[in-house]
Amino acid sequence: MPLLTLDGIGVRLGGRQVLSDVTFSLEKGDFTGIIGPNGAGKTTLLRVILGLIEPSGGRMLVDGEPLHRKTLRNKNRAAIGYVPQKLVIDQDMPLRARDVVSLGLDGHRLGFGFPSRQRRELVDAALADVGADGYADARVGELSGGEQQRVLVAHALISRPKLLLLDEPLANLDLRSEQEIVTVLGKLAREHEISVLLSAHDMNPLLAVMDRIVYVANGQAASGPTDEVVTSEGLSKLYGHHVDVVRVHGRVLGVAAED
Amino acid sequence: MHYLFEPGLFSSGPVRTALLVGAVVAITSGVIGVFTVLRGQSFAGHSLADVATTGGAGAFLVGLNQFWGFLAAGVAAAAVMEGIGVQRRRGRDVATGVVLGAALGAAALFLYLGTLRTATTGASFTVLFGSIFVISQDTVPALVASGVVALLVVALLARVLLLTSVSPDLARARGVNVRLVGIAYLAALAVSVSLAAVAIGAVLSTALLIGPSATALRITKTPARAMAVSALGGLLATWLGIVLAYDSYYWPPHGHGWPVSFFVVALVLIGYLLSYVRPRAKRVPRSPHEGVECSPA
Repeated sequence: MPLLTLDGIGVRLGGRQVLSDVTFSLEKGDFTGIIGPNGAGKTTLLRVILGLIEPSGGRMLVDGEPLHRKTLRNKNRAAIGYVPQKLVIDQDMPLRARDVVSLGLDGHRLGFGFPSRQRRELVDAALADVGADGYADARVGELSGGEQQRVLVAHALISRPKLLLLDEPLANLDLRSEQEIVTVLGKLAREHEISVLLSAHDMNPLLAVMDRIVYVANGQAASGPTDEVVTSEGLSKLYGHHVDVVRVHGRVLGVAAED
Repeated sequence: MHYLFEPGLFSSGPVRTALLVGAVVAITSGVIGVFTVLRGQSFAGHSLADVATTGGAGAFLVGLNQFWGFLAAGVAAAAVMEGIGVQRRRGRDVATGVVLGAALGAAALFLYLGTLRTATTGASFTVLFGSIFVISQDTVPALVASGVVALLVVALLARVLLLTSVSPDLARARGVNVRLVGIAYLAALAVSVSLAAVAIGAVLSTALLIGPSATALRITKTPARAMAVSALGGLLATWLGIVLAYDSYYWPPHGHGWPVSFFVVALVLIGYLLSYVRPRAKRVPRSPHEGVECSPA
């Protein structure tokens, strides 16, 4: 049974139909990329799954059960880990990497979180899972973009979610950091059986680990296994533009033809 | 020859009241100010203080204790600012600016009417620059209680406020009502500013709210430490300011003490400048994973 199913989801925002008839499902431990140009509705789609936007039509199923915004709020909150887009933490933020991760555990609760051995162990484990244990005690605002991204993944991971949503986690990263984050996420999907769903405007960095692609454009979405979608024919149909698929050094690249 | 800590200093009733109220004000401002700086609401905090001027001047005109005027105007202004949209990034400055302008106009009127009635500038000075040596005994319990309530609200919201400062979206995704948290925080801020207005004056209360917090944020790494350092720094500046002001009766012109507010604000500024002298903490060594090549497969 799929972990998450979207069935004919439509979204209207400010009287404008932003998405219509979005249908796809995620299996446990799947690595899925939501790919599409800027402004195509990728963020909107992620916010619908998070329960931050109410869809105007269609239904969502989690573990085969219908999901309403209410139940998502109360029950499945911890089941979804989230990394928002373009999040740059201010230099002056008096938080160490481990404090940000700790907020993932209970940052939504009232009161202070008192330090405890159990909390420390959970935080250390989450930081180690993303390879951020080397700068656990550094001020998070002084870390590089890639390092901050890892810390945010650890923040999302510490509540042991079944599904990890990441909004454009590769934007503004250099090639090396991009590769490192993708490797970390691929490992999480495989070893911890967490379903990873991330949005990106470029699919190339993801081709090595991505099981499925959800392609979003013009308010519509199409999905399929990466192997089937990433063919010259499949991509050309999606982009409405001729795309060649080339294999270099064991890697697959989609290259758009010049206009 | 005289000493800074004269034998008579701590036996004076007004001085003891000033030290007590000063401590409450410094701790409340110090703790709440950390979040004001983190949330980027320093301008809102300053505007609440300026609006408090209107309330203080109005209270003076009708013969009420200024604190109630400060408090009523501050909380009302917080509500109006929230209504206009202080929590939206773009609405923030506009909301505060509009409320601020209107309130200062009213303050000008009230202070003018006040001088007509009493033929003295004492009221204007007290409202604008504070009156920590002439706080009446019967308002002290109300001042202490207000400070405690404001601190409790912020203690209750501490984690949520931090998460919201990192990213409002992260908080929303975890089911936090970000707007409600913002309103509660703004109310606590209004109370804190009103307290500071009593001590060092409406127009100077921002100094005690922002100065120690900004200093603490520069030299500490965790929120708990930032709050502790900020509260202690504010306390030090306030107490030392009170002692210096008491001592200044011996300074020229003889027999006229200098205003406490001047000393407090000057000490806060010195503290902030000193935080630039201290070099920033060295970076923790990079991740051992940093240098490792990743194979794409």
